[in-house]
Amino acid sequence: MRERATERERRYEVERDGREPEDERGREAGTTDARTPLVGGSLPRWGPWAVFSGVTAAVAGVLSVLGFNVALLAVASVVLTGAIIYGWARAVEGRRKATDRAITIAVSSAFALALTPLISLLFTVTSRGLARFDVQLFTESMRGVLGEGGGIQHAIVGTLVITGVATAASVPIGIMAAIYLHEYGRGRLKRALTFFVDVMTGIPSIVAGLFAYALFVLIYGPGIRLGVMGAVALSVLMIPIVVRSTEEMLRVVPNGLREASYALGVPKWRTIVKVVLPTSFAGIVSGAMIAVARIIGETAPLLITTGVFNSVNFNPFDGRMENLAVFAYNEYATPGIPNEPYIDRAWAAALTLLLIVMILFFVARLISARFGVKTR
Amino acid sequence: MTTATASATEAKRVEVSDLDIYYGSFHAVKSVTMTIQPNKVTAIIGSSGCGKSTFLRSLNRMHELVEGARVEGSVILDGQDIYAADVDSVMVRRQVGMVFQNPNPFPTMSIGDNVAAGLRLNSRKAKKDELDEIVERSLRGANLWEEVKERLDRPGSSLSGGQQQRLCIARAIAVQPEVLLMDEPCSALDPVATLAIEDLIGDLKNNYTIVIVTHNMQQAARASDFTAFFNLENSGDPGQLVELDRTDTIFSNPENKATEDYVSGRFG
Ligand SMILES: Nc1ncnc2c1ncn2[C@@H]1O[C@H](COP(=O)(O)OP(=O)(O)OP(=O)(O)O)[C@@H](O)[C@H]1O
Ligand SMILES: [Mg+2]
Repeated sequence: MRERATERERRYEVERDGREPEDERGREAGTTDARTPLVGGSLPRWGPWAVFSGVTAAVAGVLSVLGFNVALLAVASVVLTGAIIYGWARAVEGRRKATDRAITIAVSSAFALALTPLISLLFTVTSRGLARFDVQLFTESMRGVLGEGGGIQHAIVGTLVITGVATAASVPIGIMAAIYLHEYGRGRLKRALTFFVDVMTGIPSIVAGLFAYALFVLIYGPGIRLGVMGAVALSVLMIPIVVRSTEEMLRVVPNGLREASYALGVPKWRTIVKVVLPTSFAGIVSGAMIAVARIIGETAPLLITTGVFNSVNFNPFDGRMENLAVFAYNEYATPGIPNEPYIDRAWAAALTLLLIVMILFFVARLISARFGVKTR
Repeated sequence: MTTATASATEAKRVEVSDLDIYYGSFHAVKSVTMTIQPNKVTAIIGSSGCGKSTFLRSLNRMHELVEGARVEGSVILDGQDIYAADVDSVMVRRQVGMVFQNPNPFPTMSIGDNVAAGLRLNSRKAKKDELDEIVERSLRGANLWEEVKERLDRPGSSLSGGQQQRLCIARAIAVQPEVLLMDEPCSALDPVATLAIEDLIGDLKNNYTIVIVTHNMQQAARASDFTAFFNLENSGDPGQLVELDRTDTIFSNPENKATEDYVSGRFG
């Protein structure tokens, strides 16, 4: 037993290095009996890449005569490479492997296609945002600034405060609603609530903004602008996302764990708090993070609820509040003359927003790694 | 076998009378009347789908967790009907523990915390060294202490399947129930681990009343004192208790023809 296990381990080590064990190869070479061969023809490792570079060079050559176009170059080379590899593999390796290669190429190209706009966007935001990504950007607001200079401290503060208040309100409500729907809800009422939550995920953000505005107008009268109004509008957008993702995570907690807990005489609410939620913790955190990322860049509902403001304001219950998305929008939509400083500030604000989201995701990862299910 | 079970304690008797068990409108088990003897192992055998698990889960009110499920009749644990109107199902489950077919340690907890889970989750205030002592005693009781004492802080999922099952048994006995229900506890285990658990069951009956569902005739013969045979007359009919007797009687000289056919491997 033990000996065989170590033998297997050794072979595993060797195979992982990409080489076959010596004795196996020797035996294969000397095979003369009628065993079904396990070794078939195979394209060389470098084959696909060589074909791809060759085809790309050829297409580039042709296009340089006809008029160059990057998109056409990419599409034509991928399609041609796919066709050539498929034909080649079919001749050398047989149909199953050829199909495998074709699908691999199709899936990888789809992946590259999906990634292209993202990378392009990251590149554009970074390269254009860096022009004004300096210390002044973070230490100053736009108070009394016309033309060059100024900073976005007020917008960063506003974004963090508004998003923070919205998150603090929505995440607990969303999680509790999901717990109700999944652990307690039954029958008609549950189905109706699930349906409305689904509908709510589709609310246009401007409608959420108008809702918050209308709500506060009832209390404070027309023209009111408060940070907390923005937070209310964002909560309306956020809660259904949190509910949906949390519900999904509760669904994957095995029922056996709940039963094991009940069988120990643990009441239902404690089972949920101590067993179900910890087990799905990582998923719930990342669901909440996705919801935060979804609303942190909202512009329209905040334009009508928190307004436009040039100074730092920490208090969501007192007057207007700037935020990064609205700031970027305004700098871009209504620049002064000359317009470069305005446009540069807009890009720098967009870059800052991107970085904030990245930092939040990083923190969320740390949190779920620290408190989630332990496997080692 | 082990030293942990030197002192025997009197466990409780369970008397089931006229128990009918339903899933919504589906009648799963029909009028079972039986007495489960204290400090003995009672095995439940019978063909698949005849309601063994259903019956077992009705003994600690786990059955009612299924939507639409209900029970008629009475289960009397130590003189109290667990289905009486004002009985709290949570209190019943603290008296009647359960081990499931598939080992299900809590994935967020370490080995030690898994064993202490019943106490921790019920927030009974226990001191650290008191908890440690309970953990050690329960793990010794489940024949697992020697294997895990060096790594109590590792996650429960890092154990093998057989060790996980013994961990679940340790977790169940840590809350010191009166009755321990086991639903095919060995069906995912190899013969060595199975024997280990059977030995363990033999030890546990000094302190607990044990009911075990099994598909393994040898296991029932080896590990139990009493055997109950459940059967379905026709598929779609509710399952019934056919015969309950001492295990050696059931296997050598049963009263009922169906029992004899089943234990000797001739069905239908
Ligand atoms: N959650 C449920 N809802 C509805 N019917 C159920 C449910 N669980 C079990 N049943 C039905 O109740 C009957 C008894 O099932 P049970 O699980 O008790 O059988 P069993 O004797 O434990 O079988 P096995 O030996 O295969 O585990 C079966 O007809 C089954 O289909
Ligand atoms: Mg069963």
